[in-house]
Amino acid sequence: MSVPHGFLGFALRRALGALVTLLAISVLVYLVFYAAPGDVAQITCGPRCSPAQVQQVAQQLRLDDPLYVRYLHFLQGLFAGHDYSTGTSAEHCPAPCLGLSYQSDQQVTRLILAKLPVTASLALGAMALWLLLGVSAGVLAVWRRGRLEERVLTGITLAGWATPVFVIGLLLMVLVCGQLRWLPFPQYVPFTDDPEQWAWNLLLPWLSLALIEAAKYARLTRAAMLETLAEDHVRTFRAYGVGERAIVRRHALRGAVGPLIALNANDLGSLFGGAVLTESLFGLPGIGRELVHAVNVVDLPVVVGMVLLTGFFVVLASAVADVLYAVADRRTVLS
Amino acid sequence: MSLVEVDGLSVSFGAVRAVEDLSLRLAKGAALGLVGESGSGKSTVAAALLGLHRGTGAEVTGTVRVAGTDVGTASEAELRALRGGTAAMVFQDPLSSLDPYYAVGDQIAEVYRAHRRVSRRAARARAVRVLDRVGIPDAARRARSRPHEFSGGMRQRALIAMALACEPELLVADEPTTALDVTVQAQILDLLHTLREETGMGLLLVTHDVGVAAESVDEVLVMRHGRAVEHGPVASVLGSPARTYTRRLLKSVPRVDVPRPRPPAGAAPGEVVLEAVGLRRVFGRGAKAFTAVDDVSVEVRRGETLGVVGESGSGKTTLGRMLVGLLEPTAGQVRRDGVAVTGVRRDVQMVFQDPVSSLNPRRSVGESVADPLRARGERDPAVRARVTELLERVGLDAAHYDRYPHEFSGGQRQRVGIARALAADPRVLVCDEPVSALDVTTQAQVVALLDELRRELGLALVFIAHDLAVVRQVSDRLAVMRAGRVVEYGPADGIYRSPRDPYTRQLLAAVPALDPSLAALRRAERREAAAR
Repeated sequence: MSVPHGFLGFALRRALGALVTLLAISVLVYLVFYAAPGDVAQITCGPRCSPAQVQQVAQQLRLDDPLYVRYLHFLQGLFAGHDYSTGTSAEHCPAPCLGLSYQSDQQVTRLILAKLPVTASLALGAMALWLLLGVSAGVLAVWRRGRLEERVLTGITLAGWATPVFVIGLLLMVLVCGQLRWLPFPQYVPFTDDPEQWAWNLLLPWLSLALIEAAKYARLTRAAMLETLAEDHVRTFRAYGVGERAIVRRHALRGAVGPLIALNANDLGSLFGGAVLTESLFGLPGIGRELVHAVNVVDLPVVVGMVLLTGFFVVLASAVADVLYAVADRRTVLS
Repeated sequence: MSLVEVDGLSVSFGAVRAVEDLSLRLAKGAALGLVGESGSGKSTVAAALLGLHRGTGAEVTGTVRVAGTDVGTASEAELRALRGGTAAMVFQDPLSSLDPYYAVGDQIAEVYRAHRRVSRRAARARAVRVLDRVGIPDAARRARSRPHEFSGGMRQRALIAMALACEPELLVADEPTTALDVTVQAQILDLLHTLREETGMGLLLVTHDVGVAAESVDEVLVMRHGRAVEHGPVASVLGSPARTYTRRLLKSVPRVDVPRPRPPAGAAPGEVVLEAVGLRRVFGRGAKAFTAVDDVSVEVRRGETLGVVGESGSGKTTLGRMLVGLLEPTAGQVRRDGVAVTGVRRDVQMVFQDPVSSLNPRRSVGESVADPLRARGERDPAVRARVTELLERVGLDAAHYDRYPHEFSGGQRQRVGIARALAADPRVLVCDEPVSALDVTTQAQVVALLDELRRELGLALVFIAHDLAVVRQVSDRLAVMRAGRVVEYGPADGIYRSPRDPYTRQLLAAVPALDPSLAALRRAERREAAAR
């Protein structure tokens, strides 16, 4: 496939736009958390800190400096890293440095990186499932439009859309692990330790997330395909004796690709910021659960780091989606 | 056996009877034109030839046989073999009729492979060959382009190439040139003519444009309200119509070769009310800068109509928008009564092309017309009284005040648009393609209304259109535009009688002639010109 004219420029512009958005997010997040009224050093350090520790944190946060200097310092950490002195020893925090969690005595970046594989496993696996289930259900509904199958599918997807993830998750867990005992209650096993156990243990979390999401994708696929089927160019191919199967597969489904990319990027991006409910329900030590924990104990640097991370993934995903969209529909590049 | 045999065909969509007891024959290699206004059922007949009503819920009775296949009783497989194989259809809008996501060549190859058991490669090669055949330059390369990378004329050629792919015996063309510029239209009609000569395929041409039919077919069938009105050789039907409706239809067709009726004596041209001086408009910046209007100077006098004619992209709409003040010129001035002005002014109003999209569907037409009055701070009941007066002035019923746009026909909606423009008591009306979405009989009525308003209210009109014949029938003076410039400007009749600019001459030569023998002569001239 050749690269359409003006495509590289488009991708470059989009990447630049994403960078600017990210900077804007970082300013906003920084302001919300660090310029809020209250004793920042005390909040950052946590309620159990001694006045001496609070004093030290205040120094590390450079609270004597004006706000913009502190922000620039924070940015510097993101791009170049920092050296911290923690009382007796010095510690290097490499870029992207999100600061230190004073409560767990860890670098925020390391903390997040430790949790990321769990969340990524959950998100990517669920995505594969929801695309498979959702798109097939949508195609089936279109193929069988006007018949009983379509109505049943529409009913199921509507019900799926209306169900909260913890209801499906709980039901699945009670049924599959409790009643039928087909699977043990899930417990996270890293992929690098044992890929098979990794997959078995993630199956239920994947399914619970995917079943809900698939409903959305089925509806989108169906709607986009029906819209395409009503278009003039489909009439052309019908009038030229092209079979209905080829029309649905080649032409109608093709029209749904763009909307699917856009929706999927959004969903995936926000999932990478942590699927709080699913992770909590299945006891997965991912970013979502860590975030809940950090909020509960008011671990400010961790919360800030995670909010930035979510922002990063959402912006990244939407930039990637725009570029993919342009590949899928070349008219985008021209306009 | 004829190629096409239609007997007692009736098609209903629910309670609507689109076609009523229609019969026709088309011999092998012959060409028949189905002519009628919108709603006459002509496209419904064309679709019935390919069995396209099947599965749509339309009720079809009577028999349709195409090349021996009974379309009504044929199996799905037989029908698919007929569609594109024996009979191929060329649709009106070439942009929307191709899949935007695939290369043009691949789409033609897909159709070819639906009918012939050949490899993908062979099908692609076939696509290139037919694209080349319809005059796409550098066909092997352009076959890989997406439809949006083609111009309108090239897209139409591509659709014709798709139709040719399987060497059909019958070509059904539904308004194949309606979306095209007049010079491109002439090229496409010439192409169809040549292809017919070479391949010997039959042609069923559906068109609202009598001139297009006169150019292209041997026989013509005039339709109205789903029924055949008149059927016969094109020269006799157009030359000496037997039926009242055909006569009326022909009378409504604007003639490019007939001068405009003279205005009543004594109507001296008024003073200049609106003037464009060296107008220029550039869109975009840097390397992408595009000059839509380039150094245009024209003037409009009271009680006079200035016709602005040009093909798509000539800048005529941009000029119109600058005259009204909807668009600021990059350089040059718009002068009213000799004074340079900027911005929208009450006394210059616009009538838009599409009366459907230029009226808010969620507001009653009375309220739409009342808008300019309310904007001026007027209140009910004065507003209501004035709107009632305006509606009646444009030939609508005052009781229509509370109705919504979808309850009106195209012509009535355009009247609403005119009433809205008049509400501000303008001295100048700039009409951008005011009748191009309308049928010829409606067109004639709206043109007559505009002319009447001009005379009675002493309005100055700017009439922007692509249709040279319509413009001739309304214009005192004429500006011919091409690529942003005015190539010829002066008294309209003079330009039409003896055009000086080569482009104007080319435009006029491309207008379909109503007389088939003249059309043949013109075609020969165009061929010669192209050969040179």
